[in-house]
Amino acid sequence: MIRYSKVIGTGGYLPEEIRTNDHISQTVDTSDSWIYERTGIKSRRIAGVNETASSMAEIAARQAIDAAQIDPEEIDLIIVATGTPDRVYPSTGCLLQQRLGIKKCVAFDIQAACSGSIFALSIADQYIKSGAARKVLVVGSEICSRVVDWADRSTCILFGDGAGALLLSSSSEAGILSTHIHSDGEYEDLLYCPNPQAATELNKDESGFVKMRGNEVFKVAVNTLGRIVDETLAANNMKKSDVHWLVPHQANIRIIAATAKKLKMSMDHVVLTLENQGNTSSASVLLAFNEAIRDGRIQRGQVVLLEAFGAGFTWGSALIKY
Amino acid sequence: MSNIEERVKKIVAEQLGVKEDIATDASFVDDLGADSLDTVELVMALEEEFECEIPDDEAEKITTVQQAIDYVEKNAQ
Repeated sequence: MIRYSKVIGTGGYLPEEIRTNDHISQTVDTSDSWIYERTGIKSRRIAGVNETASSMAEIAARQAIDAAQIDPEEIDLIIVATGTPDRVYPSTGCLLQQRLGIKKCVAFDIQAACSGSIFALSIADQYIKSGAARKVLVVGSEICSRVVDWADRSTCILFGDGAGALLLSSSSEAGILSTHIHSDGEYEDLLYCPNPQAATELNKDESGFVKMRGNEVFKVAVNTLGRIVDETLAANNMKKSDVHWLVPHQANIRIIAATAKKLKMSMDHVVLTLENQGNTSSASVLLAFNEAIRDGRIQRGQVVLLEAFGAGFTWGSALIKY
Repeated sequence: MSNIEERVKKIVAEQLGVKEDIATDASFVDDLGADSLDTVELVMALEEEFECEIPDDEAEKITTVQQAIDYVEKNAQ
């Protein structure tokens, strides 16, 4: 029997505070129209002072568990994608396991920056297909607002906080049709976030804030995302017209539009959340997927293509029959 | 008007949404209202049309229609 990973529940969480472009314009030299034209972002959510990646992950995860109508004890693997973990260790996955009160399961984190949730989905799918796990909780949770320099107008406008979750179950029905993940460490300098605790003499003066060369990242992202969509469809012997919904990583409307144009896909079939969320890194694809399921856009049986691109560079896709 | 010039101008018009005739000496940013991402997309469209790869340091120097034509004439088909 062929085993598939079927999506049985999704969840999302956005913190309460809404930070608008106008608010940011009060502290750095920028404006609402400048930001909106170049990014498609109007506002982003900012985590409260006592929130953490694991506390936000818990809320999103509980929503997914409720939607799936399962007992949390049935979960045998938790994978959390985050670049902003609560602690260096234990992993945010273990902290989430504790919060959910699950005793018998494996939990760990993976780090692939903005592609994290796609990487986590890919790992989860391998575990389910091999029979090593039956129910897997995948979460992307990020507090980007704590690693951006709020005095750097080129980056602080882009990011937001949030968590997205998804539950997969072993099933004889499709499911995840395929996942594709890639890395190329050559591009470290174009997008990175230093870790001051791990600094050497050479980089001891670096701050712990995100550094990005936006134009170069833009170009590689558009070219790479176009290629991965083609790769994913070819692997499944499918055409672009077979895909009902494209759920892209929500980095920038211009990247998404350029990718859609390259693929000759109408924006009517692209799920967009970035206008009021910004780039929530590894949470973004899961948040967008959850939103489009809950508002009824994505229906059972439809084919959905998730894709992401992030620091590393890392990039990946997941083709799902929902 | 050379074929390359026509093709470059067509791409500039499409990418930047310019409806009027495009002057050969027009600057993408100052005359045609391009922002920094538009210029990146423009270079990407030129790469696709002329099947070439324009390195980032070369791309930065292409700021006018004429410079784009010159680059393509020298480096691509």
